[in-house]
Amino acid sequence: MEPVSKVAGRMAPLDLADVDTDQIIPKQFLKRIERTGYGPFLFYDWRAKGDFVLDKPEHKGASVLVTGENFGCGSSREHAPWAIKDAGYHAIIAPSFADIFRANCYKTGILAVTLPDRQVRHLIDLASEDPAAEVTVDLEKLEVRGQGFAYHFEIDSFAREMLLNGLDEITLVERHAPAIGSYESQRPAWLPSVR
Amino acid sequence: MAQKLWDSHVVSSTPEEPDLLYVDLHLIHEVTSPQAFEGLQLAGRRVRRPDLTVATMDHNVPTRGGLRAADEQSRRQMELLAENCRREGIPLHQIGSRRQGIVHVIGPELGLTQPGMLIVCGDSHTSTHGAFGALAFGIGTSEVEMVLATQCLPQNRLRDLAVNVDGALPLGVTAKDLVLGLIGRTGISQGQGHLVEYRGSTIRALSMEGRMTVCNMSIEWGAKAGMVAPDDTTFKYLERRPHAPRGAAWEAALDHWRTLDSDPDSVFDHEISVDARELEPHVTWGTNPGQVAPVTGRVPSPHSETDERALRYMDLRPGTAFADIAIDRVFIGSCTNARIEDLRAAANVVAGKHVHSSVRAMVVPGSTSVKKVAEDEGLDAIFKAAGFEWRNAGCSMCLGMNPDILAPGERCASTSNRNFEGRQGSGGRTHLMSPPMAAAAAITGHIVDVRELL
Repeated sequence: MEPVSKVAGRMAPLDLADVDTDQIIPKQFLKRIERTGYGPFLFYDWRAKGDFVLDKPEHKGASVLVTGENFGCGSSREHAPWAIKDAGYHAIIAPSFADIFRANCYKTGILAVTLPDRQVRHLIDLASEDPAAEVTVDLEKLEVRGQGFAYHFEIDSFAREMLLNGLDEITLVERHAPAIGSYESQRPAWLPSVR
Repeated sequence: MAQKLWDSHVVSSTPEEPDLLYVDLHLIHEVTSPQAFEGLQLAGRRVRRPDLTVATMDHNVPTRGGLRAADEQSRRQMELLAENCRREGIPLHQIGSRRQGIVHVIGPELGLTQPGMLIVCGDSHTSTHGAFGALAFGIGTSEVEMVLATQCLPQNRLRDLAVNVDGALPLGVTAKDLVLGLIGRTGISQGQGHLVEYRGSTIRALSMEGRMTVCNMSIEWGAKAGMVAPDDTTFKYLERRPHAPRGAAWEAALDHWRTLDSDPDSVFDHEISVDARELEPHVTWGTNPGQVAPVTGRVPSPHSETDERALRYMDLRPGTAFADIAIDRVFIGSCTNARIEDLRAAANVVAGKHVHSSVRAMVVPGSTSVKKVAEDEGLDAIFKAAGFEWRNAGCSMCLGMNPDILAPGERCASTSNRNFEGRQGSGGRTHLMSPPMAAAAAITGHIVDVRELL
């Protein structure tokens, strides 16, 4: 994975709570066997209705998605962050995320950042009123900053390390091979094994 | 109990890294695994423990007409799963085989799901397996690749939440109503960051099928995993299942499983209490599982912009009695409610009656084996005589990846787990409910309190 230390750019305001993964990437697009190419299908049904906020000319080219609480609830489909990244959004700011979705974002190299309601509200209003406003989501300094503000955020320190260094997590786990082997050799014999 | 299960799977624990957990069973299916196998191959890695990995085809299998009825992309996904399993030596229950079925139905029925295990799958409803006193949760495709390669998963410890349910469930009220009622109270995100343990006399009195329904929907209120401490109901269900231990191994396992009971003195980060005696059959009216109410009530007035949006999508007006909402389709199926007990409960309502002339209704058993048992008991004859379509096993209309989908504007009484916009077909409208409630809706042509038909 490519290292990610900051994402800078304009924001796209998706002022909705509880956006589920079925909206982010509807099921008919889960039949692909690739990790890429999902961008055109992001929010497919909402976009098809027309007048969708992310499609407004002033929000085209935005790289930071700002949205409501519990973003990414529902299924474990990693296709959701794949589609978001493919569509050009490299950071998502929300008051909260669904657990599996947030983990999937980190694996995909998306900075999923949690800020308090009040600060998210400010960013959504800012993006709506001044679509040209730029923000920087800085993973090293742990802050989201723009003209006249800097908001501190917390993020899991291991996920941060992985993202900053673009590390392959499997390689890291493989370093624990002796411990894995030793755990494996002590597993109870009754546990199911399918041969 | 959750922390006990967690501790027993820690391979390595350091302050700098998340706990590295060992996975006892990795379930895979055709939709969330192709990219994981591709990643593995690109890195020149092999599957570490194919013997602890089990595959099935469920998400996009057609429920009639076999593999040939699948669209080209779905067929390619299934063929790719078969190819990956062949190459890596992973047992696969493919379409047409007698053990094929929804991944969360076959794990338990094959006896692969056992107390004390850590079980993962690239599917959020993996929480189902927690019904056996297992730690079970859904993972993304990158994590699937991690588990294929290492049989381990780095995870940050989660907080503990207890749901205490006491009292007898009234007549006509099921495990589905219990969990829908719970989500109506908690909302859809309160479980975030938690492992949930369901406890209390009501949970103890539930069958394994009922416990699976409750644990299955843990993710619908944000909890990654839900679990029930194992007891005699659990052990009785497991005994003599194909992969359950036998003889001396059974006795040894039993001794261990009995130590996994819920500690009455456990301290949880949060506790929620539910009085089962006050529960009624529930039905969802919105576009998430928290937008739910007792069937005896009316469509509520919106409390938020999210509610307003949901009512618009569902084409419902506040104040409408649920009994006045006409239904076009009925789906009895899914990993939530397509086990034998669910089909029996639905057949019990349907027997001797006929599906309303304006309704198209289908039953999709959770597995080929559930289908066989149902046919041996004559349930298929009851459903077919009533005008239900009797299909082959799969996820089917729960998520509409196969040809079983709603047309835009169609309204469905469904025993599945999600009523998200377009979930069962673009523009389709879903009302979640229990199997007896869905069966009753099929007969009357509208949402109805099943207790009127009992």
